[in-house]
Formats: sequence, structure tokens, C-alpha cells
Amino acid sequence: MQNSALIKTENLEKTYSLGLTSLKAPDDVTLTVTRGEFLGLVGPSGSGKTTLLNIIGSLDAPTSGTAEVLGRRIDSLSQKEAAGLRNGHIGFIFQTFNLLPVYTVYENVEFPLLLQGVESSRRRQLVEEALEWVGLADRADSRPVQLSGGQGQRVAIARAIVKKPEIVLADEPTANLDAANSHHIMRTMVQLNEELGTTFVFATHDEKVIGYLKRKITLIDGRISKDERSDQPPLAVR
Amino acid sequence: MIPFLFKGLLRDRSRSLFPFLTVFAGVVLTVFLHAWLNGVLSSLLESTAHYSTGHIRVMTKAYAKEADQNPNDLGLLGIDTLMTELRRLYPDLLWTPRIKFGGLLDIPDEKGETRAQAPVSGMAVDLLSPDSPEWRILNIENAIVQGRVPRNRGEILAGVDLAARLGIQPGDTATFISSTMYGSMSVMNFVIAGTVRFGIAAMDKATVIADLADIQQALDMQGGAGEILGFFADDLYHEDRANAVTAVFNACHRNDPGDSPRDTGAFSPVMGTPRTQSGLSDYLDYVDVFSGVIMGVFVVAMSIVLWNAGLTGSLRRYGEFGVRLAIGEEKEHVYVSLQAESLMIGFAGAVAGTATGLAAAAYTQAHGFDIGSVLKESTMMLPNIIRARISPFSYVIGFLPGLLATFLGTTISGIGIYRRQTSELFKELET
Repeated sequence: MQNSALIKTENLEKTYSLGLTSLKAPDDVTLTVTRGEFLGLVGPSGSGKTTLLNIIGSLDAPTSGTAEVLGRRIDSLSQKEAAGLRNGHIGFIFQTFNLLPVYTVYENVEFPLLLQGVESSRRRQLVEEALEWVGLADRADSRPVQLSGGQGQRVAIARAIVKKPEIVLADEPTANLDAANSHHIMRTMVQLNEELGTTFVFATHDEKVIGYLKRKITLIDGRISKDERSDQPPLAVR
Repeated sequence: MIPFLFKGLLRDRSRSLFPFLTVFAGVVLTVFLHAWLNGVLSSLLESTAHYSTGHIRVMTKAYAKEADQNPNDLGLLGIDTLMTELRRLYPDLLWTPRIKFGGLLDIPDEKGETRAQAPVSGMAVDLLSPDSPEWRILNIENAIVQGRVPRNRGEILAGVDLAARLGIQPGDTATFISSTMYGSMSVMNFVIAGTVRFGIAAMDKATVIADLADIQQALDMQGGAGEILGFFADDLYHEDRANAVTAVFNACHRNDPGDSPRDTGAFSPVMGTPRTQSGLSDYLDYVDVFSGVIMGVFVVAMSIVLWNAGLTGSLRRYGEFGVRLAIGEEKEHVYVSLQAESLMIGFAGAVAGTATGLAAAAYTQAHGFDIGSVLKESTMMLPNIIRARISPFSYVIGFLPGLLATFLGTTISGIGIYRRQTSELFKELET
């Protein structure tokens, strides 16, 4: 089970029209991600990392090729089915945290569980557990504006993992954080990966993040140029 | 889930308070403007009815043709018989005879020489009968400025501005000079019992009210009157009922013989409604159309504002929708929740706006605005006090646009949630 493919893409392409020309990114990407990986899509801006992440997260559809997540073809999912896949199995972490500003920390983390229709007492238990994980149990009643950047991103992580998804997709999660907070966030995610077995897929060009990756896929002009696995333990453990 | 979304709605003032205030303000203005326009038009019609046309007016056919000139020589004679018939046939209407007249009012000094003089128009009404409806129709007691109401024959009331112009006080003597209905000269002395404010600038400046019997004597019109006015008991003009009564009465009297073998029933009675008299029909049609256009333009403008508010309110939230979709909420659920929010806000704003608009209109209906100072030089028969008037339509004219325009704006802007690729919507997060 540990090595079963969670994400599989074959000859995946997404074409963008740029006036008279067009751009492919990703371009002919074939990739397999197994359960429990701590993987990063790295490369310069425009290399297709975010688009690939969006396709894996069923937020976008490929122009050609296939993407399969948890055994389901992304291009054949209806909107309802795609929402169900995200709701049940995928957590997102964004560059700008994107917490809902009118809700408290507790309520932001609770939101995915409300969508799943989780019963109230179970919801409370899961939210408290997630906040414990990211070390913010004491800030449950705070509003996002009252938090520092690092705290905000940790709330976003708690929101992503509260429903215990198989996959967490993180797009430039440390881009708006200083070095200390970046390392703190990454250590938290490494810990979650190891203790919960959650698969993490990052899109990043931040060296601080890259240092923690167990697998690094480099995209250049939309194509996979390198797929490296690290034998060394990630920074958090060293 | 619903309490969660509702909590967010209440906390986010840009989603709740500001849209609410926009709808509220728009609806208040619409309701009040409608009631105000309605009141202005009703005031004009009611004033005209009270002082001139009644809700129904009975005249001779000959008088009706020249009614603008008050041709008393063509007036009704033997009105007791006609009054009895009208009261028997139409007991739900108040019937009262009147004579409109004109002449010169001469104010003598202590030696009997003319101290002041002015042309006046007059209205002879039944002031002395205990059951006369005129007290209520003309609201005479409340209109007294100085002195008292006439209690005896030979007493008259003068318009407050006329009295000031002539320098007369209650108790002064005034000589009225005119001509009888047969064309001979008529001179009669009256005592000024009091001064009245009609609330119509033109009348305040030049009108006197006298008892019907005195003017019948002065103008040699014993048993006669220029016209008999009918008023609905609730003092509101009901056009359909007025038309029905008029049609039946006129059909009954179509073939009455006239007083002279040469005429064709010229002195037989005929009924008219305000709309059929003195070109009032065209005026009322014009006013109806004009007020309809004003209200239409205003409602459309308000709807566009509210629609736009709904539109921008939703566009501003595309980022939030992106997060919600990414977390796993369905597009349909986001869209429906957006519509539900707009309905709640629209409903609350429309209810509060309608209630406040109606309250403001009710206050203005009760107290009115005094525009007399603006009409100082006016010779038009415009009421000095303009009041709003609430009609059943006032309850919905603001409510429906308030509710539907916001909903429509939100619904249209929300379509973007479906049309955009989720990832495009999602990109709003980074902006």
C-alpha cells in the first residue's frame, strides 16, 4: 500500500494561447507519485509547476494526455465529482494563506469538515487535533488579521490536514514567510508526512523548501528535465 | 453549514451592512417619492373637488357648457326637489348646493365712504343648517384665523390675505356689489365674522364665503343654486363609482324638457365628474403619465444601482469563492449561497426601507409641508400644504425592486463562477 500510485500523469500537456503563438506548460509530463511521498515540483516561473499542481488538484483540466488521482481520471470528472475529490482527499496550501478573514482560526479549520458534513463533536475533536499539530491551539479564537505570517500559514496547514487527506498540494507555501518561519512550516509538514503518512506535493523555487524534499522534479519549459530522489534525510530530521 | 455562512455574512459588513444600507436607502427614497407624488396629485384633485367640482357635480346642461364662467343665470332652480331625489337615489353621497359668484367688496369708513375696495370671488354654501356637510368638506372651523364661524344671516368669512389687503377685521361691515341672475344690480351689506386660510394662495387672496340663503337673496336666486356637489362619504374620489352614478343619472335625465319650448332640455340637470370638467381630464391624464414616467425612471435608476451593488459585491468575492472551491465546496453550492445571501440582504433592506419610507410618508401625510411662502405670488389654485399619500401600491413599489434588483445583480455576477475555469477563479487568490 505504501508504494501504490496516488497520482499518475501520462504525456500531460496544457496549452495556453498567447496571441499568435501558444505555450505548453506542462509539456508531455509523465509522472507517478506514490503514497507518502514528500515531493517538490521545482523550476523557474512559467515552467508549469502551478498548472501541474492545479491539474492534480482537479482545479484545471489538461489539454491532452491524462492525469489520474486516486484512480480517477481528472479530465473525465464532472464539476461535482471534482469538488468531491478535493473535499474528500486533497488539501490545499496557498502562497498567500487565503484564510477566510471574517472567521476565527477555529472556524477556518472547521470549514472543510462542515463541507463533509462531519458531526459536531467529531468536528471539534478533529479541529482541536489539527490546531495541536500546528501548535496553535491557544489561538483558536483569533482572527486571521491577528496572526503573524507564519501563524497564518500554519492555520492554512491545519485547514489542509484537518480532514486527513491523502494528498496535500502546496503552491509556494513559504514565499511570503521569512527564513525562520519557512523552516518552522516545513518542519511541521515533514512531521505530518512522517506521522500521518500524508503525501505532500509542492510547487516551489524556494531553496529553503527544496532542502526538505525527498523527491525533486525539475521542470524546464514545461518538461521534466530531472527527477531526483534524496537518500539523505530532510533538513527537519538532520 | 447555513449558520456558518450566516455568521460570515453578519461579520463581514461589506457583505451585509453596506449592501443593506444601499437597498434600504434606495427603497426609502422610492417609497417616499411615490407617496409624495401621489399626495401632491391627490391634494390637487381634492382641493379642486372641495372648492370647485365635488366628486360629482350636478348643473344644468346650459350651466355646464359655460361652467368656467359661473353663469348663475343658467343655474338650477327648485333645488329642493332635486336634492330630495339625489339623496334618495344616492344616499352614500353627501349632497350640498353651492353658488359661485363674483363682485366687488367695498369697505366703508366710519362716514360711509369707501375706505378700501377689491374684486372678490365668492362661494355661497350652507353655513347655517345644523346638518350641513360643508363644515367637514371645507374644514371651515380649523381654517379660521381670526374671529369665528358665521352663526347668523348676513355674516361672511374673508380670505386671510384679502382681509389683510383690505384692512378688515372681524366685526367690520363690508358691502358686496354684484348683479342678480336676471342682470339687475345687487347691493348687500355683510358683517365680517372671521378670516380664513383656505390653504390655497389664490383663494386666500380673493375669496369670501357666504351663507347660501344670503347669496340666493342677493342674487335673486331663491330656491336656486349654481350647482349641487356630491361627495363620497370617505372624502376620497372613486372614479369608477363616480362614473357609474353619473352614467345612470344622465341616462335618466337625457330627455327632460327644458324650461322654454324653444330649448332642448338646456335647463335639465346633468352630472359630471372632475375628469369631465374644465379640461381636467387632459390635465389628470398628463399628470398620471408624467408621474408614471418619473416613478418609472426612478425605479429603473434605483434598480441599476442595486443591481450594480449586487454585481460588484460578488465580483469582489471571487477570491473567497476560489478558496471555497479549492477546499471542496461545489460551484452550485457557492452560487446558491451567494443568491441566498443577496435575497436575505435584499429582503431585510426592502422591508426596513419600505417600513421607513412608509413611516416618513405617513408623517408627511399627517403633517404635510407648508409651501405657502413659495406660492406668495401664485394665482394658481395650489394647496399651501402638500401632503404625501400612501396607497396600496406604496407597499410594493420599493419592495420588489429592492429585493429583485439585488438578487438579479448577484445572480448575473455569480454566473462567472460557472463560466470561469476553477483555476482561473482560483487565481483571484493571488490578485
